[in-house]
Amino acid sequence: MYTPHTEKDVKEMLAAIGVPSLERLVEVPEPVRLRERLDIVPALSEAGIVSRFEHFAKKNTGASYVSFLGAGAYRHYVPPAIGALAMRGEFLTAYTPYQAEVSQGYLQAIYEWQTYICLLTGLDIANASVYDGATALAEAAIMALNANGRKRVLVSHAIHPMYRSVLKTYCDGLDISIEELPITDEGVTDFNELRERLQSKQYACLAVQSPNFFGNIDTPDDTAARVCRETGTVLIGVVAEALSLAALTPPAQWGAEIVAGEAQSFGVPVAYGGPYVGFIAANKDHLRRIPGRLVGKTVDVHGNEAFVLTLQAREQHIRRERATSNICTNQAHCALIATMYLELLGKTGLHDVASANLERSRQLATRVSSLKGCSLEFAAPFFNEIVVNVHRPASPVLAQLQQRGVLGGVDLGRYYPEYSDCILMAATELTTSRDIEVLCSALEDALRVTSVEKAENDTVSV
Amino acid sequence: MAQPADVRYSKEHEWVKVDGDTATIGITDYAQNSLGDIVYVELPKVGSQVEKSASVGVVESVKAVSDLFTPVGGQVIEVNAELDGDPALVNREPFGSGWMFKLKLNGTDQTDGLLSADEYAELTQE
Repeated sequence: MYTPHTEKDVKEMLAAIGVPSLERLVEVPEPVRLRERLDIVPALSEAGIVSRFEHFAKKNTGASYVSFLGAGAYRHYVPPAIGALAMRGEFLTAYTPYQAEVSQGYLQAIYEWQTYICLLTGLDIANASVYDGATALAEAAIMALNANGRKRVLVSHAIHPMYRSVLKTYCDGLDISIEELPITDEGVTDFNELRERLQSKQYACLAVQSPNFFGNIDTPDDTAARVCRETGTVLIGVVAEALSLAALTPPAQWGAEIVAGEAQSFGVPVAYGGPYVGFIAANKDHLRRIPGRLVGKTVDVHGNEAFVLTLQAREQHIRRERATSNICTNQAHCALIATMYLELLGKTGLHDVASANLERSRQLATRVSSLKGCSLEFAAPFFNEIVVNVHRPASPVLAQLQQRGVLGGVDLGRYYPEYSDCILMAATELTTSRDIEVLCSALEDALRVTSVEKAENDTVSV
Repeated sequence: MAQPADVRYSKEHEWVKVDGDTATIGITDYAQNSLGDIVYVELPKVGSQVEKSASVGVVESVKAVSDLFTPVGGQVIEVNAELDGDPALVNREPFGSGWMFKLKLNGTDQTDGLLSADEYAELTQE
């Protein structure tokens, strides 16, 4: 029920702050008041607006390009059943319906999502989702900081740069230092100095992403995982491409106590800026530190299976500033989509899609590396993304590719200046052999043009 | 409500029983009753140094999570491991088997400012 302020309320509040009237409270001072009409275009009719925005929409030509973009946002096939189911009115609500008496369906869906995340990561518990993979990493690091009370965070330099950036933002207000482990020439995390660093028992956690930002499988070996255990350092696994979980060793098996990841690949289409859907899973030891909502299964008074929010006493509406996190918001609708995706595909279906990604990306690697002037930068095993060295600045090569209708990938130099000659390319089950041929042909042209430009530039500079 | 006379009380509803240079700490009957069914207790690490009045753990019931403060300062020498498997001990015997942790006291005048059973009874009746 909406209870407006009474006239008496308003008078009392105004008296308390010493202002005579509401008009005076919000008054714009005379000298800065705008006199003339705002200089904006005249209002359009509804038909006019539709036509104007159709015109804008036509400028969006992304879909007509052959794309090899990845780097944390992956193009995957979305079964049409998802659109039909997820867009039903019952699900399309701005506020996630958690009330157990009326929301058993939604709560069951979230419970199933948590179950899938546990199955895929090999861990005991998962939450109802968080904003995105980057937030998930930051929240996972805070779980570790709270678990052992240490003040230093160690992360691999091969973790998605935007994830590291969000982690930094999170830790800014806390007295936490973030340090990085370097990467080897093979494009994986260098664990050589790990024992030496962790011996001080000052690090709350070590975070490693696999597949890492370069697409390489990057899991700590048994020694590294043991060093973490022995020194009480929480090992955090980061997953930016959730589909890889269907093909690779579950992170719990290589020693991850917490897994933070991004599940956009499960049925959520790539869109400029999102939405994305992050997940956090952990072993039982961290049950009371995992942030956000958790749905649990119980029985009602009649003994029937029922689903409810559980462990809420840790959350901000009860614990205020001492809550596990001050973001209880999650991506329930995207998590619902991901759950539908996993249910529609099933275990074998998901495995088939992951296998197709392995296959297409190998085809891409073989074809591109056979081109004159192109080579694979790393020899490490990869999932569906590769780093291609074009042996000249990558940025103009990508511009040339774009002119030829190809989004060739991400200019790695934007995030790693030492790899400014490299392009990060992804191939998924949607990448066809024809797409790869279109890329290779455009790439040959682009390399010819850019090498000529380079020669001219060289002449000038001499 | 039960209010043993041989322990001292804090305004935050903890009790402390001093025996030589050792102190045993728990929460009061009033505290457990206000919290309701206790489902989890997070205790300080054995060996850690805690300052008087610091937050050293949490007590979680089905309806709330409260900080656990220590009424005296010292080094944690033991925690009640039984509470891990049966946190409801705190509800059943808050002054007995539901104790929480033991400290080796830093000084001798630590219980200054803490309340007697009568003073605490007065506080909880307000």
